[in-house]
Amino acid sequence: MGEIVEVRFHGRGGQGVWTASLLLAQAGLREKKYVQSFPAFGPERSGAPVTAYTRMSERPIRIHSGIYNPDVVVVVDPTLLTPEVAEGAKPESKLVANTTLRGREVRGRVKAEGLETWILDASSMAMKILGRPITNTAMLGALIRAVELVKLETLLEVAGERFTGRLKEQNLQLIRAAYEEVVRE
Amino acid sequence: MKVPEKQILMGLNGDEAAAYAVKQVNPDVVAAYPITPQTIIVERFSEYVADGLVDTEFISVESEHSALSCCVGAAAAGGRAFTATAANGLALMWEITYIASALRLPIVMAVANRALSAPINIHNDHSDAMGARDSGWIQIWCENSQEVYDACIEAWRMGEHPDVQLPVMVNLDGFTLSHTLENVLTLPDEVVQEFVGERNFMRVRGHMGEAEFRLDPERPLTIGPLDLPDFYYEHKLHQVEALKAALKAIPTVDEEYWEVSGRKYELIHPYRLEDAEIALIGLGSTMGTVMHVVDELREEGVKAGALKLRIFRPFPEEALKEALRGIPAIGVLDRAISFGAPGGPLYMEVKTILYEEDDRPIVVNYIHGLGGRDTPPDLIRSIYKNLDQARVRGRAEERVVYAGVRG
Repeated sequence: MGEIVEVRFHGRGGQGVWTASLLLAQAGLREKKYVQSFPAFGPERSGAPVTAYTRMSERPIRIHSGIYNPDVVVVVDPTLLTPEVAEGAKPESKLVANTTLRGREVRGRVKAEGLETWILDASSMAMKILGRPITNTAMLGALIRAVELVKLETLLEVAGERFTGRLKEQNLQLIRAAYEEVVRE
Repeated sequence: MKVPEKQILMGLNGDEAAAYAVKQVNPDVVAAYPITPQTIIVERFSEYVADGLVDTEFISVESEHSALSCCVGAAAAGGRAFTATAANGLALMWEITYIASALRLPIVMAVANRALSAPINIHNDHSDAMGARDSGWIQIWCENSQEVYDACIEAWRMGEHPDVQLPVMVNLDGFTLSHTLENVLTLPDEVVQEFVGERNFMRVRGHMGEAEFRLDPERPLTIGPLDLPDFYYEHKLHQVEALKAALKAIPTVDEEYWEVSGRKYELIHPYRLEDAEIALIGLGSTMGTVMHVVDELREEGVKAGALKLRIFRPFPEEALKEALRGIPAIGVLDRAISFGAPGGPLYMEVKTILYEEDDRPIVVNYIHGLGGRDTPPDLIRSIYKNLDQARVRGRAEERVVYAGVRG
């Protein structure tokens, strides 16, 4: 991986994809890393496929353009596993997917045989813990297990500040469970 | 990253950085109308007002023309006034931009640069601010959110400098900066408060003797009366002088800001120019990407350099000439078109100041990124390559290149 790690999140409008990229950046910031977080610019439509991006580095980030060759792709919505999500991926890139499929099935769907794949049924997990299929926080837990961009404690700290009350406890539980259960396949 | 003592590291996008800085400045009046991609500035600031974190009078107006008009009134009454806009909003302010500067009112305005309609487009380019380049405002251009934060503090001191007394526009690229969260080091409120201090006024001769140049019932003045051929021309020359004075005043403000923040800003920021054979000049966030590419090219043995123009108005002519001397080929990046002109606005000005140089370099204009078209490293590389070909050939094949456009 290069000096700057570039992460691309795929989800649908309303699933908290930008929030995921922001929380990851804020966790990086908490660890005194250099970060950038931005959405795919433009109008948002609920339910339409959307992307959001995070850059992270130990050195200042001067680049200010889009991300075309992500080091890590995170797919928050299981219905988005199409070749589009693997677009621009490098041979050493990683894919972290919310899915009930096996790793090789995921690679088949996205047509990227060589991609290091991490899988988690985040939707079921979120239904069980949150009672809703909102998987952005779960996928962050899975992501930092696949690539240690930030420490789990840091992510929990930042997520803990984002939510309050019951929602806070549930999200923290969800991040921990996702971190434990995501597997490389 | 290292966080200096007493500073706080925050994750802010460009809009939030502007709003946060202005909150710390705590101006008397903020009058604004929301327009994408500036909206976050107004939203955040109205939250600060609602939460009682500032003493500011927040005026929700029905148009940008009114927003700037309110600022004119507030600043003429002696207050500190701030507004923010973008694109068509700035276009609607056009009449008042000239009034604000000619009345010598040091208003601060953030512009989240966005393409002008038509066709309607909410994304970044510089056509809005370039349309205001002759309006007599100081223009600061920011590369990242940190620079937005710092500029929104420094701007007050630049505009209010006793020799200057002019409004200041802080330009941040729409979305690329306005909606991108980055590391921002912030100063404590009291440090900002102490740095901006109290507003400075010009001393003028009024109806009742010498007075501060502001509307005050105790010492009445007329601001903005009819000014016919007998005086209008002279008053325009005052504006010329004020902008010349700004070239000297801005570095003194930068120097003081450096002392309190540890961050050193200059009129222009040359980057690896010492032995450069090819160099790109430009404004805003693209210059970060350009410098990123310069580092890569240098590793490959290409003698590339860059120059970020932080202050576009007043145009830092002498500093630019000095920095560019001896570079055989210069590319000027314009994120705007001046329709019917020989090239983009920045290109024409750079070329003009180089005309009297003994060794005139090759100057090529690269228009790019209109309507939010991305300017990635690959495009910058192709621009450097094109420029190097011109250098080797001794002339540019095309003087104005539309980079990144489909045939």
